[in-house]
Amino acid sequence: MGYVQGLKCRECGREYPKDPINICAFCFGPLEVVYRYEEIAKVLSRERITSRPPNMWRYLELLPLDDAPTVGKDVGYTPLVRAENLARSLGVSELYIKNDAVSYPTLSFKDRVVAVAVSKAKEFDFDTIACASTGNLANAVAACAASAGLKSYVFIPADLEQGKIMGTQVFGTNLVGIQGNYDDVNRLCTEVADKHRWAFVNINLRPFYAEGSKTFGYEIVEQLGWRLPQNVVVPMAGGSLITKLKKSFQELTKIGLVEEGRTKMFGAQATGCSPIVTAVKKGTDLFKPVKPDTIAKSLAIGNPADGFYAIQTMTDSGGWGEEVTDDEIVEAMKLLAETEGIFTETAGGVTLGVTKKLIEQGKIPRDESIVVSITGNGLKTQEALLGRLQKHPVIDSRLDSFEALLVEKQSRL
Amino acid sequence: MSVTVIIPTPLRSLTNGAPEVSVEGKTVREIIANLEKEYAGIQERICDENANLRRFVNVYLNDEDIRFLNDLETEIHDGDGLSIVPAIAGG
Repeated sequence: MGYVQGLKCRECGREYPKDPINICAFCFGPLEVVYRYEEIAKVLSRERITSRPPNMWRYLELLPLDDAPTVGKDVGYTPLVRAENLARSLGVSELYIKNDAVSYPTLSFKDRVVAVAVSKAKEFDFDTIACASTGNLANAVAACAASAGLKSYVFIPADLEQGKIMGTQVFGTNLVGIQGNYDDVNRLCTEVADKHRWAFVNINLRPFYAEGSKTFGYEIVEQLGWRLPQNVVVPMAGGSLITKLKKSFQELTKIGLVEEGRTKMFGAQATGCSPIVTAVKKGTDLFKPVKPDTIAKSLAIGNPADGFYAIQTMTDSGGWGEEVTDDEIVEAMKLLAETEGIFTETAGGVTLGVTKKLIEQGKIPRDESIVVSITGNGLKTQEALLGRLQKHPVIDSRLDSFEALLVEKQSRL
Repeated sequence: MSVTVIIPTPLRSLTNGAPEVSVEGKTVREIIANLEKEYAGIQERICDENANLRRFVNVYLNDEDIRFLNDLETEIHDGDGLSIVPAIAGG
């Protein structure tokens, strides 16, 4: 079973067998999974997909496993919410929230990529899973490794939010905090991966791992009634998700499950870490790495591996990149919560804040379909809201105290 | 000036399997040129046809990405360590 032809360098085109490798041995370019699409087109239909259980594996043929998944079987198929209140507030007609803040089991889209990577790691017979993470991936790897009965090593910058740290430790992983930013962690992990035969989901298993992100895109198309969205706004850290969403739309078109169309891809970053957006605005495909300084820690990657391709994805699709400040991030988190009842993490604040800006700038037309990609949950980044919400009153338990409070509140209106 | 250069796995076939080698040079550019003299073929793996660093190669002087310093013109001091690290990781 399986429809993977092999791996291919995205830069120089050299081909490789499907092994746990992520870079071209010649030019260091990234390896990409190549599928036999003609065969997939013969077996995969809308009917076949919709007859399957509501999880990410309903698109199994388009994922890089040789066999059925062995872990993470219930991941995916999160809600695509028609956001009427938010649409009114932003002055647009057709707005959706793809809500991976409620991804099973660890409340971020990283459950998708990890489900693929750990299933693949088992196919390759690894006994230890590892990753470099800004937090969400740490949660997902620790949880999935625990459920798979595998050992895990998780490397993070030492200053992450408490929710991300505890939400990793609880699964009994080997958590290592590194003094430094994500790029320091990543560099160390590249060296560790060179030395130990572990399945680093975002290093040696990266070509397979990253494919899991495509399911976020397949679901959007299916949930829109087998139609491509006209505009998608995506948060960017390493820049992989936006390129994989584009790939998911292209694949569904290629195998004939959706009519040809154009989706403009928009990328979102925080002002304190915006190497990709800065390059898009300058009109160059070379980005300059930065030292991140933002409350959106899950997006704080100063040297994004897929930065080059993310830039290409935005410009080729007719999209654009934009950034928001820490204050704008918090305001957008509150806006989403107050209009749609969805509590997203700081990265979601980045994505919605950028969406708002792009609409105001006219870059996203008000009368077209817009999908905002919400990839993580606000309960994990509560620090960002400390002191930013109205202080609530505390009273004694007498009815007249409450009535007095009510009178006071109403007199203030 | 002599520095230790850490060689990533994909390039070790060119250094007879050595994970690190010692090379002379005053700048990163000179180090790479001297690496090429000693281990023919290594330069085209690290640099493109315009002699710039390839897009997916990171070079660190001690703990700093040379793009935060003076890129290939970054000066080297005795006892420095240079690492060549593949960029495609993480995210």
